[in-house]
Amino acid sequence: MPTAPAPTSLPRKSMTNGEMLLLVVFALLALLSIAVMAKAHTSAYGFHAFLFAAASIASVFAIGNRYMDRPAELPPQTINGLPNYNMAPVKVATLLAVFWGIAGFLVGVVIALQLAFPVLNLDLPWTAFGRLRPLHTSAVIFAFGGNVLIGTSFYVVQRTCHARLAGDLAPWFVVLGYNFFILVAGTGYLLGITQGKEYAEPEWYSDLFLTVVWVTYFLVFLVTILKRKEPHIYVANWFYLAFIVTIAVLHLGNNATVPVSLFSPQSYIVWSGVQDAMVQWWYGHNAVGFFLTAGFLALMYYFIPKRANRPVYSYRLSIVHFWALIFLYIWAGPHHLHYTALPDWAQTLGMTFSIMLWMPSWGGMINGLMTLSGAWDKLRTDPVIRMMVVSVAFYGMSTFEGPMMSVKAVNSLSHYTEWTIGHVHSGALGWVAYISFGAIYCLVPWLWHKKEMYSLKAINWHFWISTLGIVLYISSMWVAGILQGLMWRAYTSLGFLEYSFIETVEAMHPLYVIRALGGILFLAGALIMAWNVVMTIRKAEPETAANTAGLTLAPAE
Amino acid sequence: MSTKSASLWAKHAIFEKHSSILLLGVLLVISIGGLVEIVPLFYLKSTIETVEGVRPYSPLELAGRKIYVREGCYNCHSQMVRPLRDEVERYGHYSLAAESMYDHPFQWGSKRTGPDLARVGGKYSDLWQAEHLANPRAVVPASIMPGYPWLAQTRLDAKHIAKDMKVLRLEGVPYTDEMIASAQDDLAAQINPDADTDALMKRYPKAQVRDFDGNPGLVSEADALIAYLQMLGTLVDFKLYDNKANVR
Repeated sequence: MPTAPAPTSLPRKSMTNGEMLLLVVFALLALLSIAVMAKAHTSAYGFHAFLFAAASIASVFAIGNRYMDRPAELPPQTINGLPNYNMAPVKVATLLAVFWGIAGFLVGVVIALQLAFPVLNLDLPWTAFGRLRPLHTSAVIFAFGGNVLIGTSFYVVQRTCHARLAGDLAPWFVVLGYNFFILVAGTGYLLGITQGKEYAEPEWYSDLFLTVVWVTYFLVFLVTILKRKEPHIYVANWFYLAFIVTIAVLHLGNNATVPVSLFSPQSYIVWSGVQDAMVQWWYGHNAVGFFLTAGFLALMYYFIPKRANRPVYSYRLSIVHFWALIFLYIWAGPHHLHYTALPDWAQTLGMTFSIMLWMPSWGGMINGLMTLSGAWDKLRTDPVIRMMVVSVAFYGMSTFEGPMMSVKAVNSLSHYTEWTIGHVHSGALGWVAYISFGAIYCLVPWLWHKKEMYSLKAINWHFWISTLGIVLYISSMWVAGILQGLMWRAYTSLGFLEYSFIETVEAMHPLYVIRALGGILFLAGALIMAWNVVMTIRKAEPETAANTAGLTLAPAE
Repeated sequence: MSTKSASLWAKHAIFEKHSSILLLGVLLVISIGGLVEIVPLFYLKSTIETVEGVRPYSPLELAGRKIYVREGCYNCHSQMVRPLRDEVERYGHYSLAAESMYDHPFQWGSKRTGPDLARVGGKYSDLWQAEHLANPRAVVPASIMPGYPWLAQTRLDAKHIAKDMKVLRLEGVPYTDEMIASAQDDLAAQINPDADTDALMKRYPKAQVRDFDGNPGLVSEADALIAYLQMLGTLVDFKLYDNKANVR
């Protein structure tokens, strides 16, 4: 009589260290937040304490539920010898990038219209330009740009390392925690919580929370690289790593504050006056250099070769470009402080290094553009390639304009004017947003296993409408800035200042209207993209085995 | 391509094969510029001029400055006059580093959608300031500034201002024990034209004492903000300032 097989016991399910740690941390954070909420000095801070408490409690439940629902074993690192990629956090970050992009562009349109028609400030605290402008800059740079960077970096590091993303809950903590930081920062500006430093407005508690999220991000990224199956670290990952590490250093340096109390949102930065100005623009310019440049160059180094199906043009150029760029960028901050009370020696250093920075910037541009060698025909047939190529062209243009504006003589005219705003937007709309749109158009079909975006025609429309928007935006701001600068310094034949300040404000009006129109077109393009993304996920043709072939990328060498 | 140069390129593999070496390389390379530009500013004596008159903000001015920061005024107004002919003629003497040495954070700004405010103190009357804040277009028809009518209606919440001063003292602003202990008294005195202000004036020379927003019944946010605006750029007497004394 055959014996019945002994019942094989299922592997015992137990909590991972990470799950337990996070449960305890979130439970404690919830208690702390409730205590702070009870004694908060201001109702706005009480509201933020409430947000922290609610999010912590939600996290406890989410982690508990996830534990109950998941199988005893964590997902395997490989399936049939192939890496078992963890793409769910990438999907969430990609969709959030689209959402925040539209939110940020919309606030941009609102504040552009406020400058043309001041009645739109509505005489209310939370709709005044001074509070909405940081909302716009943070939404586009940190919310839209940040989600693109986190999403793509988690995608690229897995694909180029042939390894599953490190950590189980950690990638989720990075994506959701980062977006929670955005929520707290953004609502804070509307409620008047700010530390009054451009692009570093969030107060001390948001900064502390972001620090924890960012260190986790760094660890997830680094450990994934350590797990790699490829001998070489791909060039895109050098740029991502430099971006993550440098932003951490900058964030800590420029947010060294002492809070007034645990129960107050107010803190005071330890630096003051001229030193604070230098630290601020060391931070501010390198937020441009490392967040908006190095990070997005990583996108360029992955998505352009991938989409064009061509290798990166020059491996050696990428080496020179990488080290020269990160070395020189860090020096460029003082060009924001020309002719101010910052000592001349520091201004001169800032100007000199800004001009030198032109070269590695164009090295990067050449490396991106020349990757198209042998595939230039795709410029005509593939609107996604066209978007990314135009993005690199805008990168080249604004990295020429930047060094030019950093020359003290030019800066004496351009500083404090709309020219700066035009310059920033040729980089932000032309370079950062376009390379991001290109990456999103690549990523969405890859992530949701579709053959291609739902509508290439809609991408074409997006491209042309938003290009027209960019052209209107930057040309109106160039004219506005130069006009403003010239009017401020204009003298009559008798040696008096020719224009009162308010006359220079009046002269801006038509240009502000044109700029707002440019912004509306850019926003319209992004809405087309959002529709296209939704339709792709819901309705696009699924990918077949044939079009998944050849999706691997050669390492840097 | 000679083998010598080829081997040099091959040496870069060390960064590509070891993430820790790549990480160290990045950290080293990004540290240099920041250190060279920032650290000397803390010990070179020529960074901040020696000037008579710069003092810490009085409690009321500090409360006003917090409102200036809260409303994001720095997004459109600079507080930094550059030593260029037109700026000096339009706004006054160019700004000295010493004038913002107690500013945590600095508010030099980066954009002039509106005019520079480094020396706006005393340029306009309190009444003008109050009306301009409530409805800018009432006094400057072409202005594009937002209106801030709620400032004059909102009671100033400065009950914790002494705590702010303690933190600032920790960071190097020379507030004395006496200044911190009498913060609430000083704040009330500066806004009351009938108060005995000898002690206040001794602690904060050149402090301006009056009801700033024209409504004595309420210590409003507009009171504090106007007190701050009216003192901007008034502390240093440039008739006595000797530029050459600071040449090193």
